[in-house]
This record gives sequence, structure tokens and C-alpha cells, in this order.
Amino acid sequence: MSYTLGQEQLDGIEEILQRDLIDVGVRCVFLIDMAGNIIANRDNGKIKHDVYSLAALAAGNFGAVSAMAKIIGEGEFSLLFHKGKKENIHFNKIITEFLLITIFSNDISLGFLRLKVNETVEKIKQILESVQAS
Amino acid sequence: MAFVNPKKKEVQVKIVYYGPGRGGKTTNLEYIYQKFNNRIKTEMVTIKTHGDRTLFFDFLPFDIGKVNGYDVKIQLYTVPGQVKYNATRRLVLRGVDGIVFVADAMAVRREKNILSLKNLQENLANYKKSVFKVPIVLQYNKVDLAEQGIPLLPLETLNKDLNSRLKTASFPASALTGTNVVATMKKIISMTMASIINELK
Repeated sequence: MSYTLGQEQLDGIEEILQRDLIDVGVRCVFLIDMAGNIIANRDNGKIKHDVYSLAALAAGNFGAVSAMAKIIGEGEFSLLFHKGKKENIHFNKIITEFLLITIFSNDISLGFLRLKVNETVEKIKQILESVQAS
Repeated sequence: MAFVNPKKKEVQVKIVYYGPGRGGKTTNLEYIYQKFNNRIKTEMVTIKTHGDRTLFFDFLPFDIGKVNGYDVKIQLYTVPGQVKYNATRRLVLRGVDGIVFVADAMAVRREKNILSLKNLQENLANYKKSVFKVPIVLQYNKVDLAEQGIPLLPLETLNKDLNSRLKTASFPASALTGTNVVATMKKIISMTMASIINELK
């Protein structure tokens, strides 16, 4: 799949990520495609992760889990969550080609995060679908 | 598919080192990582088995500066070469912009090279891409072994086996000593950038 995103769409996506996730306490969030490219990322300014390596590994990880899903007869696992002592990572697929990854601490409950991620995904989906359709 | 970010004025380009197992794909990246240590700000990522073989991929991000006002971020990946890891190999190829095919010049590996190139063709077809259209450079690795008396395939044979239809640039190289490692990388970057610029026109 080939796609292009303009300045306007990227601004829109970043604004959604900032308002709906970073402003409610998520430490770091990034939107990537399944090839491992970073489309947009925001953080709370306090952390410095190597986002390019994270994106490459996240895309690989998600791809591996999707392949496992197919073997056991599931279409896909659309949601992944890794729990750490202090930091947690949550993955959510958007349409077929994109992945929203959030890094958050234990200050936020998983339930609340999932709720916010779901809202975000719906909004970003609209932007991405308009790009794919055009 | 390179991702162009007009907001950050940045292009992300994915280049994959492909080839048979134990051919020197990871060694290529390790050499580049050491050589350009001062320009690569992050650690090289590798997912290996206990036996030091690549399990999933290696990953090395690399800034080459500006092209047409855009910051170009080259992302070098390797695939696991072993035949049994085809599923992961295919995953790494997703969204590839350019390929370095690292062939093993040892005479005993002749068939493995041919099979691996065929496998690349099949895996690209999975993403509706053709080995004849994606920018690709061939590297005939391990030429340094000639000094130790290990039988190598003559360049004509390697060209005939692997490059008779591709007709692309090829480099005899030694990933271990670094011979032509950088030349191979520069060639694939320039071919890939040309192809991306052409596509964006």
C-alpha cells in the first residue's frame, strides 16, 4: 500500500494524540505503519526513548503476533498489551496498515487508557481513511 | 514504501539486507555501525538466538543528511537467513524500499544463493512487488577467504547465477574486513533515493 499524508492531516493527528492521550497522562505515544515508519509521535517532554528502534520492533512484534493469530485460526489480535514494573506498552491496530502505540506508567489504569485509546483510534481512523480513499 | 513527512521535512527509507544464512548480512550492519559510530546516535538493535544467529532482524537507523531539503533517515534491516524463518523474513520485507542481496561467494554455497534469491522473489510477490522493479544491489561476500585457500565461486559464475536477469550493480566484498561494505551501502542508498524521487514526481 502506498499513501501520503499532508501537513494538515499530520497536524490533525498530532493534535488528537496530544489532547486525548498526552494531556491525560500518557508518557509517550506514536503512530506507525506496519513497515515500521513513524508517522507521528508525541511525548510529555520528560522521556527520551529511541522511537525509531521502538517503531521497528513494534511493527515486527505486531506482525509476529498477527502471524500467530492466523495459525490458531484467529483473523488477528487487534490489541496487545505488555506490562512492566513501571512502564507499560499498549498496541492498537488502526485499519489494516497502522498501529497506535502508547507508553504509560502505573498512574493510569489500563481500563482508562483503553477507553482513551479507543476514542483516539476512531478519530485517527477518519483521517487515515480519507487519505486512503483519496 | 518510504514515508515522507512534510511536516517534519523528513523521509524514512527502509533498506533490507537479504540473502542465505551465514552469508554476512549482520556482519555488514555491524561493520557500518562501527565505521559510522560517531554519526549513529542509537544502539543497533538485534534479535538473536543463543547460537548468535539472527532470529528476527537487526535494525540500524542512520541519518544521511538532507536531500532536496528533507532529512533522510535510512533504516537498515537484515532478515534471518535460515530457511525455516521464512515467516519472519517476509514480515521484515514489508514496506521495503531497497534491497542488498548478500550472496555467499564460497563455492559450497552456490545453490543456497540461488534458492535465497528465488525466495526473495516469492516473498516480494506477496507484497505485489517485483525483484526487477525494487532497487537492488548484489554483494558477493567473503572474498577475503581466498587468501586462506577456501574455494570461491568465480565472479562470472556468481554473475551468471544471480545477475543474468537482474543486471544490477554487484560488488565483491568482505563484510568482515569492510571491503566494499560502504560502497555497497552507498550504491543502494543512491539507487533507492533516485527511485523514491522518481515515484514522488
